[in-house]
Amino acid sequence: METIEIRLQKLTKVFQAKNKEETVAVKDFDITIPAGKLVGLLGPSGCGKSTTLYMISGLLKPTEGRIFFGDTDVTDVAPEKRGIGLVFQNYALYPHMTVRQNIMFPLENIKMEKEKALERAYFYARLVGIDHLMNRKPVQLSGGQQQRVAIARALVKEPRVLLLDEPLSNLDARLRLQTREEIKRIQKETGITTIFVTHDQEEAMSISDEIVLMRDGVMQQKGGPQQVYDEPTNLFVAKFLGSPPINLFEGEIKDEKVIVGDAQFGRAEGRKDQEVIIGVRPEGFKIVERSSLKVKVDYVETIGRDTTLIIDKPSDPKYSKFDPEIAGPDQHENNNHVDEDVDVDEDMKRLQEEGSIEESAPEKKETFRAIVDADHRIQPGDEIKLSVKPHKMFLFDKETGELV
Amino acid sequence: MLEERHDFKAWIYLLPALILLIVFTFYPIVNTFMIVFMVDYDFLYGDYAGWTLTGNIEAVIGHRQFWPAIRNTIIIAFVSVPMSVIISLFIAVWLNSIKKLQGTFQTIFFLPYVTNAIAVGLAFAVIFNRDYGLFNYLLSLFGIDPINWVAPGAEWRFSMIALLVFITWNGLAFKIMVFLSGLQSIDKQYYDAARIDSASRSRVFRKITVPLLSPMIAFITITSFIGAFKEYTAIVGMFGEQMGHRGQLMTIVGLVYEALGEPYTAGSVSLAASAAIVLFFMTLLLTVFNMWVSKKRVHY
Repeated sequence: METIEIRLQKLTKVFQAKNKEETVAVKDFDITIPAGKLVGLLGPSGCGKSTTLYMISGLLKPTEGRIFFGDTDVTDVAPEKRGIGLVFQNYALYPHMTVRQNIMFPLENIKMEKEKALERAYFYARLVGIDHLMNRKPVQLSGGQQQRVAIARALVKEPRVLLLDEPLSNLDARLRLQTREEIKRIQKETGITTIFVTHDQEEAMSISDEIVLMRDGVMQQKGGPQQVYDEPTNLFVAKFLGSPPINLFEGEIKDEKVIVGDAQFGRAEGRKDQEVIIGVRPEGFKIVERSSLKVKVDYVETIGRDTTLIIDKPSDPKYSKFDPEIAGPDQHENNNHVDEDVDVDEDMKRLQEEGSIEESAPEKKETFRAIVDADHRIQPGDEIKLSVKPHKMFLFDKETGELV
Repeated sequence: MLEERHDFKAWIYLLPALILLIVFTFYPIVNTFMIVFMVDYDFLYGDYAGWTLTGNIEAVIGHRQFWPAIRNTIIIAFVSVPMSVIISLFIAVWLNSIKKLQGTFQTIFFLPYVTNAIAVGLAFAVIFNRDYGLFNYLLSLFGIDPINWVAPGAEWRFSMIALLVFITWNGLAFKIMVFLSGLQSIDKQYYDAARIDSASRSRVFRKITVPLLSPMIAFITITSFIGAFKEYTAIVGMFGEQMGHRGQLMTIVGLVYEALGEPYTAGSVSLAASAAIVLFFMTLLLTVFNMWVSKKRVHY
């Protein structure tokens, strides 16, 4: 299979409603997707990621901008002539055809010889591990199997580009884990340039070679998963990636020190005095002997490998609440599947109702999470001292959300 | 206890409909079956002159117009139903694919449905008029001599063609509506997927549209066959009560109606009942066959 890079140039899509109201779904999107890589388009719902995917597929026509496959401008090329395979969010398997007929369909369309087509269909069915289900109808398959049929159908034409629209969103949590490894494996084996769309940061981080983060039609950041996690360029990116999410504090930079309430979180050399939002990853805290960040532990969540402490936020009434809009929607609110965090919260609620955990204060306390080594045997109510790992702390402008 | 009381309430609610159904549907059906076996039934007094097993059936089969009626009914059903199903399917697909004026065309195509069959039949009779009809005018453009389609003296084959055109046309409106709503409920993603897989338009139609529409097609086909077997109004509308030249377009329902038209002639009611029963079994047979076919051909 030939691998090609995909280049988007100033790609813009404006939808016009009947009442002439215009919605900008994607705005001036510039990006190069390297040949043979698996790239995750990530963002909350309504950020324009699926629109971008459908513009690459040719099913949607861009309002402005160009799309290049290799050196060829395909912007005005019909979808069937672009050499793409597309896996739809709900797979769009033809319900009246068997798995074999579904996979053969694209080959029959291009009038491939029956024998060769059958051989090809079985090759890809084996690749995705469904060759024993060839005579079933889609309704007789599980979600994961349907999904693999859809991938086989997309691959069987040996396209230059594979596009996946939320490929895992219809699967349950366990299948999702398994299938994302499958996708990664299939992509590696075929070496096909692959773009997939997801709102699930964990999914994107775990299988992508590169992540492209979008918000409101505008690209926020692009890079390797670890790089984007470690070096977010703005508050939105920092908040969107990571589970449990990053902790945010209001504070200030004073004399090159990062101050939250009475505590000093660290140093900010070369930055002028200003009010900032301080983001600290949960794993960015260390239990130490001496620190100005003295806290009382509220709850302890034990998962064995490590321990999550839930702690009251140090605050200072002199700072007004920052506008949460700067950070954009919390990605965890957008997840439509059951998240691990939600499970924990559910358990917590249940335990509280049963009275085995002390009622928390009537007004919702602002808390933050710190993940620490399980060797520290910490009980709720313990007083501990924390220090902040400098490379896990990010300072954002209070108005714009940009990195300071 | 609770359940019983609910049962009672339910029966109360159902009662009005049940009474009507029993009086006007179930009782007549049972009665019709019984009349078939009665000699010279008189429906004014309910009198009859004894029982017979096959006498009435033999009488209806021996009727001068029985076999022509069977032939006409079968021709009407097996020509007009497939024709109107296929034509309406294409019109629905075409309507579904246009964006501008879709609503307007939808209304235009549905208008015949709200029009009375007798009135439309009269209009068609004018279209097929020998001397000043539109149809003969069109034919004259191709140098064909005027044909007598509907007037007394018309040949059977010409009358039948004119009738089939009318019945086919008359059946389109409802079918188009059903197919259109069926098409609109098909997930657009199937078409997007087919497009990416470079399926040609005819393949999309044959391999995706028709199979996904097959439940609708089966429903329409079965009900249309039942309707075509009962055809009567269209013929009266277009050809008048004598049903064509010397009753040459007689159908089974026509036979029933004709027999009931002379209730004081001894045995005519029994004859009508027998004709109705013949129609009943014909319809039953065809519907069973249709169901059997659709079980094999209708997907999911």
